[in-house]
Amino acid sequence: MPGKSPWKVAASLATIALVAAGCSGSTSEDTEVLPNSISIGIGEPSSLVPSNAVESNASQVLASLFYPLVRFDPQNKPYPVAAQSITHDKANRVWTVKLKPGFTFSNGEPVTADNYIEAWNYGAYGPNAQRASYFYSRIDGFADLQAKDPDDDGPEKAAEPQATKLRGLKKVNNLTFTVTLSENFAGWQSVMGYDAFLPLPKAAFSAPGVLNKEYGEAPIGNGPFKMKGKWSHDEKIVVEQVADFKGTVPKIGGITWKIYQDLGAQYADLIGGNLDVETKIPIESLGSASGDLGDRLGKTPSSAFSFMGFPLYEDKWKNPEVRRALSMAINREEMTDQVFLGSETPAKSFVSPVVSGARPNSCGELCEYNPTKARQLYTAANGPKDIKIGYNADGGHKAWIDAMCNQIKASLGVNCAGAPQPKLGTLLDKVRAKEDAGLIRLGWTMDYPLMENYLGPLYTSDGSSNYYGYKNSTFDSLVRQGSAAPTTAQAEKLWREAEDLLVRDMPVLPLRFGQNVFGYSDRVTDVTMDLYQKVDIYSIDFAD
Amino acid sequence: MFRYIVRRLLQMVLTFFGATFVVYALMFANIDDPLQALVGDRPLTDTQRSALNAQYHLNDGFFTQYWHYVSGLLTGDLGQSLTGRPIGDMLAQAWPVTMRLALLAIVIAAAVAVGAGVLSGLRRGGAFDTVTLVLTLLVLAMPIVVLAPLAQLVFGIQLGWFPPTATRDANLYQLLLPALVLGTLVVATELRVTRASVAENLRSDYVRTARAKGLAPKRVVGVHVLRNSLIPVVTLIGVDIGVLMSGAVVTEGVFNIPGVGFNLLRGIRTEDGPLVVSFVSVLVIVFLVINLIVDLLYAALDPRIRYE
Repeated sequence: MPGKSPWKVAASLATIALVAAGCSGSTSEDTEVLPNSISIGIGEPSSLVPSNAVESNASQVLASLFYPLVRFDPQNKPYPVAAQSITHDKANRVWTVKLKPGFTFSNGEPVTADNYIEAWNYGAYGPNAQRASYFYSRIDGFADLQAKDPDDDGPEKAAEPQATKLRGLKKVNNLTFTVTLSENFAGWQSVMGYDAFLPLPKAAFSAPGVLNKEYGEAPIGNGPFKMKGKWSHDEKIVVEQVADFKGTVPKIGGITWKIYQDLGAQYADLIGGNLDVETKIPIESLGSASGDLGDRLGKTPSSAFSFMGFPLYEDKWKNPEVRRALSMAINREEMTDQVFLGSETPAKSFVSPVVSGARPNSCGELCEYNPTKARQLYTAANGPKDIKIGYNADGGHKAWIDAMCNQIKASLGVNCAGAPQPKLGTLLDKVRAKEDAGLIRLGWTMDYPLMENYLGPLYTSDGSSNYYGYKNSTFDSLVRQGSAAPTTAQAEKLWREAEDLLVRDMPVLPLRFGQNVFGYSDRVTDVTMDLYQKVDIYSIDFAD
Repeated sequence: MFRYIVRRLLQMVLTFFGATFVVYALMFANIDDPLQALVGDRPLTDTQRSALNAQYHLNDGFFTQYWHYVSGLLTGDLGQSLTGRPIGDMLAQAWPVTMRLALLAIVIAAAVAVGAGVLSGLRRGGAFDTVTLVLTLLVLAMPIVVLAPLAQLVFGIQLGWFPPTATRDANLYQLLLPALVLGTLVVATELRVTRASVAENLRSDYVRTARAKGLAPKRVVGVHVLRNSLIPVVTLIGVDIGVLMSGAVVTEGVFNIPGVGFNLLRGIRTEDGPLVVSFVSVLVIVFLVINLIVDLLYAALDPRIRYE
């Protein structure tokens, strides 16, 4: 029968397919975590080149591969790590970095001043389009490495920048270099703790100033761990200990950074025993997490700050009394407890209290829930009868925005509604065009632990994230004076004075400070996380 | 037959370019500011923006961009994703695991559907038939966005029968749970179609003739009924591959399988136009080829059908 053969073919094809599906994956067992190593969940990093890394996934992996110039103590004061000493002149303008001798990259190259200078020059050079390039903007000569597109987005090519090297970086000897800033800045040492200020080995460059294309796939660093194989995209990054590392040696022999796209899948693996640390428990699992994990659920403060900007270009929000009244109409505790299940904490200041010099309650009674007083004040100041809250719909904000609106309705007796926009970009476009977008939902995570990193970008007149248009020249000059102050203590005093002005003017509503809510398996112990959403790889250890 | 295949292949070329053009246009219309999405909340400096714009041709008009893409495609260069990875490599890494997952799902679904479908078709109205009817209704009513996390919770975590997630080089056992979940997308329809078609063919003249000839019931069902009943099912299975690919977006996300669906989801989230278009283009090719194979198989199964 001629018709029989297709069936036989189909049946055997199916069998082959099934067998192939089964057999081709049988190698997965040997990729399991080694006995002296642990696994930590992350998302796919955007890049593993230090000057191109601006998110916490990349930052975590880089922390295992590199040894930074400074790290931060529990009070968030910087102390030298790869640096022997960091000194500065009286004006805080010229900083001298002396490196510890004897350190090498994992390929055997010695770490010298050149490695830092070349890496920073590469990162700052505009046409390299490194995402962290703005970190170098305080260094003298940064502007000369940037080029302006002559016809702004037109077809004409941007001109070559004037220089390829930062004028402010000078090598003194093999282990010493100086950094000259364009303006005096007392907090520079803290800034140098960021990933952008890590060194790159000679092997990273294929020619002077040209990064080797393959470098980002398997970065060679000066840290306690080195890459085992290459970055297996969307799957994992395996690092193992460097033999006789000169610095602080971690207690674990290696880390498998397992890559997840979905926090829920990561949580399933943590509970299922396939993962040792999850750095962010998804909010939908928070309810069951304490039951699932018991005392293996941890919380530490993070630097995240959620707030609501007033569109100050609109007349109805011009009166500070109205803004203060609204602040007192909100019950921040109820929101963090009911909606965020304790994963965030109420914010009662304009600068996260985790940074040195900042106060937890600078806002005082204006951030306390007081519906009666709020209503009196609001009616007296003739506040708007309709309140709109603009937010991006793709960030899971609806629940708390609705809750907040209900609080406002109950306290002030006015209408309140959420006004979702598809993306944050669309919302900000409306704000830039001064359209009626309502109050603006915003968030901020710091780059370096200084009060200035909140005050500068968020509230100064030319701050990069001051979308709401707050302008106060006294405030601006106080922040600037603080940055130029000779000591950090003096700087912090000036910055606190600046923050007091914010309490008076209330340009934004402080709402919540973030926390790292993390969980870990019973294989590991001493798990802590820092302000940058990174697991401390030096303290983590095996449970016995 | 040969001329038919050539004609179909030529049509496929047209369909392919039409489809990529539409997808490209849709992505182009949807993309707002992908460079901003790349750096998060922080503003980009002018220099960064112009360098990235030049790299990805983001400043050019739609047709210039599409031309860049197509000319790259024809020379075998799929371009780079916005995160700087060569898309060709990403495709090569993502496809094998999705293929394995989809094949496994199809084989499981087809085995269950044909087996149970024939049984309930033969004994219509019986207990087995009623139970499968209820079960298929249940499965049809459950969207995969519910089913996938539920299966992961129950079988992966609470019972611990299967690993809760799988990786790129997952073995058969790790892929089994995601494949079962994926298979539920298509098993119900396939089962109902098999049942209906078996039931119909049982009443047809040639079956009565075969019975009257005194053929053994086994042979009547196994050869005469089954062969003719499976023609619509085979077509359906071919079409189902498309359904499975779209289901993979959810399943791969839940079970953390870095395959095609996983990459598509990410591409759409991060407004990564080149990534989405390339992955969809390959999906289009797969879909076209499978449809051709199904049509050819159709002719092999049913001698009445001739292709000229």
